[in-house]
Parts: sequence; structure tokens; C-alpha cells
Amino acid sequence: MTGTQTAAVAETAAPAAAETTEDGYNFAYLDEQTKRMIRRCILKAVAVPGYQVPFGGREMPLPYGWGTGGMQVTASIIGANDTLKVIDQGADDTTNAVNIRRFFARTADVETTETTGEASIIQTRHRVPEDPMTEDQILVLQVPQPEPLRSLEPREIECRKMHAYKEYGLMQVSLYEDIARFGEIATSYSYPVMVNDRYLMSPTPIPKFDNPKLDSYPALQLYGAGREKRIYAIPPYTKVKSLDFDDHPFQVQQWEENCALCGAEDTFLDEVILDDRGGKMYVCSDSHYCARRRAEGHSGKLSGSAAAAYAAAVGADQPEKGA
Amino acid sequence: MNDPQRPSVQASETSQTEERLPVIRVEDLGKTFTLHVQGGARIPVFSGLSLQVAAGECVALFGPSGTGKSTLLRSLYANYKPGQGHIWLRHGEDWVDMATAAPHRVLAVRRETLGYVSQFLRVIPRIPARDIVAEPLHALGSDLAAARQKAEGLLARLNIPKAMWDLAPATFSGGEQQRVNIARGFAVDYPILLLDEPTASLDAGNRAVVIDLIREAKARGAAVVGIFHDDEVRAAVADKIFDVQTGALAA
Amino acid sequence: MNAMSPLLRVHNLSHAFGSLLACSDVSFELHSGEVLGVVGESGSGKTTLLNCLSARLVPTNGIVEYDLRDRGLTDIYSLSEPERRFLLRTDWGVVMQNPRDGLRMSISAGGNVGERLMAVGARHYGEIRGTAEEWLEKVEMDLGRIDDAPKHFSGGMQQRLQIARNLVTKPRLVFMDEPTGGLDVSVQARLLDLLRGLVRELKLSAIIVTHDLAVARLLADRLMVMKDGKVVETGLTDQVLDDPHHPYTQLLVSSVLQV
Repeated sequence: MTGTQTAAVAETAAPAAAETTEDGYNFAYLDEQTKRMIRRCILKAVAVPGYQVPFGGREMPLPYGWGTGGMQVTASIIGANDTLKVIDQGADDTTNAVNIRRFFARTADVETTETTGEASIIQTRHRVPEDPMTEDQILVLQVPQPEPLRSLEPREIECRKMHAYKEYGLMQVSLYEDIARFGEIATSYSYPVMVNDRYLMSPTPIPKFDNPKLDSYPALQLYGAGREKRIYAIPPYTKVKSLDFDDHPFQVQQWEENCALCGAEDTFLDEVILDDRGGKMYVCSDSHYCARRRAEGHSGKLSGSAAAAYAAAVGADQPEKGA
Repeated sequence: MNDPQRPSVQASETSQTEERLPVIRVEDLGKTFTLHVQGGARIPVFSGLSLQVAAGECVALFGPSGTGKSTLLRSLYANYKPGQGHIWLRHGEDWVDMATAAPHRVLAVRRETLGYVSQFLRVIPRIPARDIVAEPLHALGSDLAAARQKAEGLLARLNIPKAMWDLAPATFSGGEQQRVNIARGFAVDYPILLLDEPTASLDAGNRAVVIDLIREAKARGAAVVGIFHDDEVRAAVADKIFDVQTGALAA
Repeated sequence: MNAMSPLLRVHNLSHAFGSLLACSDVSFELHSGEVLGVVGESGSGKTTLLNCLSARLVPTNGIVEYDLRDRGLTDIYSLSEPERRFLLRTDWGVVMQNPRDGLRMSISAGGNVGERLMAVGARHYGEIRGTAEEWLEKVEMDLGRIDDAPKHFSGGMQQRLQIARNLVTKPRLVFMDEPTGGLDVSVQARLLDLLRGLVRELKLSAIIVTHDLAVARLLADRLMVMKDGKVVETGLTDQVLDDPHHPYTQLLVSSVLQV
């Protein structure tokens, strides 16, 4: 699987190489040489799972921190036949997601979707979809800070040596500090993982709820950091282990409530404030997943009236789509 | 003090032969100080000294001040480095030349074989008197409780009030410091003891205790070399007198 | 005992910064349990020597051999960098003059001590914390401060913490660069006392760089006097201080203020 998929990564944009879009931009915005350079870095990243590969990051037409790393990775691997889904914090309909989706619809003329199962490439910020992904799909994650050791060790040379020599005691120290201060490992996102028993990796600010999904994940995961100009990857079915202590094993967040809209019991929930009197509800962070469940007839305790309230609260028309 | 615990030189040999085994052999020893700070002035102290001291024997160094008694004693301890000659000391089964031995050998000799009571106690900040005395024994491997017990016995014998055992001796009087120093020197049953005016600032009572301690050390087979300004003490403990100026040994 | 091979053997060690010879032709052996003091004034090459000895600065010339637990005497600069780094955080310790260089200032005292344990694979929080507590007690720190970061500690406490952090893996050889520099005299006395006790209790070998002869007398079994990058005199500590032979050593000893 890995073989065919990496081959796909290398070739995917080839048919579109000569095309330019009506706006005068090259296919998927970046020029072909740049995309080829990035694809080479991606291949290296796939070959050394979890290792941060430096790449010649380009200026993108939006600021750092808005997904420039993920966009460059997506631009390098996307082809005319791909279907793209973009998620921002689980939602398909927030500014960042909408804009990036629109960007590729315009510069690469690809189909876009909000349905996890339909997409061949999913670019995401801060979440892994609730629906399972398959070997035929690629997950592209936007990375603000690729270096998990950065907050602990400010010297870049020292960080690189620690990776090279697999000296990761310091990362464990940060978890120790959590337990000493809070009685438990309080880190709830960007929770560090060991990839393939070799490289320490930051899984981007996904909630640690999503960490277990990364282990032996069928889809190829590509991580792009625009400001820091690093790419790293987890090939399909790679071992990914969240760090922990023997007497404080890794645990994911849990909620006492289920999703107020679709009643799901096992998803990552967002808290939504409904009014200024303390009213709130918990809903799936993955908007597509929640909508699909409601379309299938599942409902939560607030589904009727609260759906409207939620829509009003987040200022979107999205929940009505499936209902 | 109890029976000698060290298997070194004593008892068995003494009963069979009249002549006790030598444990110190000084050969052709010379010492000259060169004071570079003062224009390279050379001050010869002594030269060509030879001396043998047997187990169980006490030799008193003799001579007017400035003749090098202290220098000789310090050379024996390897505190001073003599310019010529040898100082052989019996160390367990070996002979070690203190004039040329490597530092770690000298330290081993000092730890196990060679005790030294200097004129003044070198006070270590914060360490109570009891532990200063117990330290050499503890360093030899005796457990701390036993070492402290022996230390307390010695301090009591030397009339250091119990209330002072837990205090660091920095604030003690000269005589008290000297007695702590003596207790420290006698804490281990060294086969060789060097004493630099051990009774200089002591009253008659404590002087008698020190005389007893020296006699007990001799009785268990220790060789003692000392400087005793006090004629009474010298007469009480010394078997032989060594004139540092002439290099003559007299009984 | 006599034929015991040394723990550290240094042969003709020299280091030059460009045309400046910081230390030149240093040779010595250090035996297990020995404490070697390196004295001399600022700029005499003491710290450069210490850095070369402790595998943190590749010398221009010469050999530094250490008695590795599994391999015996080995040229430390023939080791790969990860092997040297491993040595530095297990069988060796380095106590820096400035605690900022030797501690993680914003990580708790417990975390600072525990780091070396975690670096060699300890993964049981309770045990790591227990060991950290033990060591904080050994260096006379208040256990109530175990979760405080050293940036809030006094200089003396920081230095004691640094010692605990280094000794937690039971190293056989510790390098110290002016361990009492910049501390008040009373704090210094307490630290010296602590160091003396630990060195004896743990049978540590140590190389201590200091310009303070009193510190050297208290801690070191033997001394190496350096001037202009060269060793001008070596010997037993009390021998060097009480009967100095080299003109420079005599000057050094006679320059000490008597209290």
C-alpha cells in the first residue's frame, strides 16, 4: 500500500503539469519545480517516519498561521482528478476551511466535498476526522510548530541532536511537570508521540483525543509547517505511541454528556455557549460527522430546538443541510 | 584502648626476637627551602639524616628551635617534600617511600598506616567535634555509629565537655582545639604516629591523659615519632632521642 | 590496590584557540575516589582544560582516556558523539559555575533531578519522584520546594540542586567548575561541607577547578597548579600549599589573605 501510495504522491500532479488555470496561475498555484521539490521532501519524510524534513517553503497568498504549510503540501500532491475536503477545528464551514477549499477549487479546478468518505485528500487544521479514512486517502495536517522539543530546549542545534541521538528524556520531563503540578498529564493537545519507535513527533494541535487514531492509521498522513518550513509524515499502518508514565498511562479526554445534536457518545465535543445565563451545549466538533448522523436519524437531547440555537450561536446554516 | 586490630608489625615478632622490626627507615634525608618570592633565597634545613624507628618504639626529635624538627616530622608525613633521600614506611606488607610515592599511595598510607597530630587543628566549617574525631576511622570503613562511639570515648578521656561534642570547634579555645586534634589522631590505631608538640597548650591533667594515650599506642606496637618541648612528657614516653642537628640517635 | 588502573588518564593534552594556546601539554592520571583540584588565576586555562577533559571541547592535541564500565580505558574522543553525551549524563557529572548553565531554570526542582533518570529510560512517575526527593534531602533542600522552579531559588540552593541533578545517576566522575564561585561565605561553607560529605560517602572521583586555595585544601586530595596554560606544579594538596616549590605557586600561596 505504501508503495503505490507514495508512487501516487510522486506522480499525481504530472497530468496537470502543462495546464494553467484561467487566472494565469499554474495548476494548484505553485510552479512545477517547487511542487517537485516539495514532493521530494514528502518522499523523504515518508521514508523516515516522524523525521522533520526541511523544505524551501514559499510565500503563499495568505499569512503564516493560516495553513500555508498544509496548502503547499496539498498543492504539491493534488491532481485534477482529486476531491478535496478542508477541515478547520473539525468544521467544514469556518473561514479558514472555506477559503482554502475555494482556493484550490479556483487554482486547481478540483472537486470539493464536505464528506469524509468522498474526499481523496483532506487538509485539516487541529482535528482528525471522526469517520475512518482509508488507504486511498491522504490526510494533510497544518502545523504551526513542528518541533515538540521547542518549548523545552530553545537551541535548534541541540534539538536536532536530541532527535538524531534519540535523546527524549526531556520530553518526558514536561509530562513529569504536568503530573507534579496538576496530578495528571494535563497536556490536552499537541500531545507528543513516538513514531515507529524512533522519532519524537508533535501531532500538531490536534486534541489528544485524536492521538489513538494516528496509530496504524490506514491513510497517509502528511504534516506541513509553513513558517518553520518543515514537512514530516506518518506512512499508513505505522506505530504511533503517545508518551506516558507506567503509573500514569495515556488517557484521552472524556465527557459526561453526549453530543446534544446527534447523540454520539464517542466523539470529540465542542462546548457551545448558548446565552449569557450559563446555558451551553456540547456538540460534535466534526460537523460533517454530526450532520451525517442526524441525517441517518440519530438525535441528541437538544436536537430539535437546540439545533436552531446552535445554528444561531455559530452563525451558520450548516445543521439544516442534512435535516 | 583495646587490642591492636591491625595485623601489621607487632606482637608475634616481639615475643620471639628481642629486636623489634623497624617500620620507619629514613635514609640520607635532606631538605632545603628555596624562597622564590624573596629573590630565590636558599635555606638549608638539614641534610644527610638517617633514622630507624621500630614498632612499639618512641623517638623524640630534639634540638633548639629552627633546627628542623617540625620540618623533619612534616617530611615524614609527606607534607613537605624533601629534596634528597628516602623515607621508607612499612605500609601493610609493603615499604613505601614517602619522598617519592605517588599522591594516591601517600594518601593510602596516611589513611591506614600513618597518623599525624599537628600543632594546630585545621578547623572545617560546620563539622562538629565528634565527627572531626570520628572521620579518619569512618574513612577507613568503620561504620559511622561505631566511629562516633570511639570518638566520644576519646573526647571524654581528654575532658572535652559533652556539651561541646556537637559544636564545630571553630570557637573552641586553643587547648580545646588541640585536644580535639589529639583525639582525631588517636581515633585510628595507626601503626605509625607522628606527634608535633601534642601537649604544648595543655594543663597537667590533660598532659597525663596524652602520656597515657601515647604509652597505650606504644604498647599495641605503634612506632611514635614526636616533638616534645615538655621534658616531663618526653621523659615519660621517649625511648630514644634524635638530635636533628647532628643526626645522632641516643637512648 | 597498588596496580589499580586509573579512572582517567590524560596524555599531552593541549588546546589552542587559533594562535592562543589555552592549555598546553597537560598529562596526569586520576584514580578512583581521588579528588583533583586545578588551581590558578583567571585565564590560566583551567576551564578550557576542564572542558577538554569532560568531552565538551575537542582538544587540539593529546589523549583523554576514561575507564568505561564496559570497555575499560578508552579514548573519549574516539567515542561517537551520542556515546559521549550518554557518558556525560550517566557515569559523569558536570557542575557548572553558573547554575543557569547547568539547570533548567523554569522546570521544577524535581523535574531537574528526574531528567537524568528519564533520559536513561525511567518511566515510573512515582519512582522518579521518590528518587528526586531522596536526592533533594541529601543536598539539604526543603522537600516543600520540590515543585518550585530553580529561578526562584537562592544561589546556594541552585548550586545544591545542580549537584543533586548530577549525582542522581550515581556517576563515578564529577567535573566542577568553581562550584562555590559567587556564593556568600556562609553559603559557601555549607556547600563545601556538603560536597566533602558526598564525595566521601559516594566514593566519587572529582576534578574541581577553583581559584580559591581554601576550597582546594578542603576538597582536593591533590592539586595541579596552572599558569599560562601550563601545569607548573602538582602534588598532594597539603604538600603543594605548605611546601610550594614553583615560584608561581609560592607567589599564589603567599598572596592569600589570612583571616
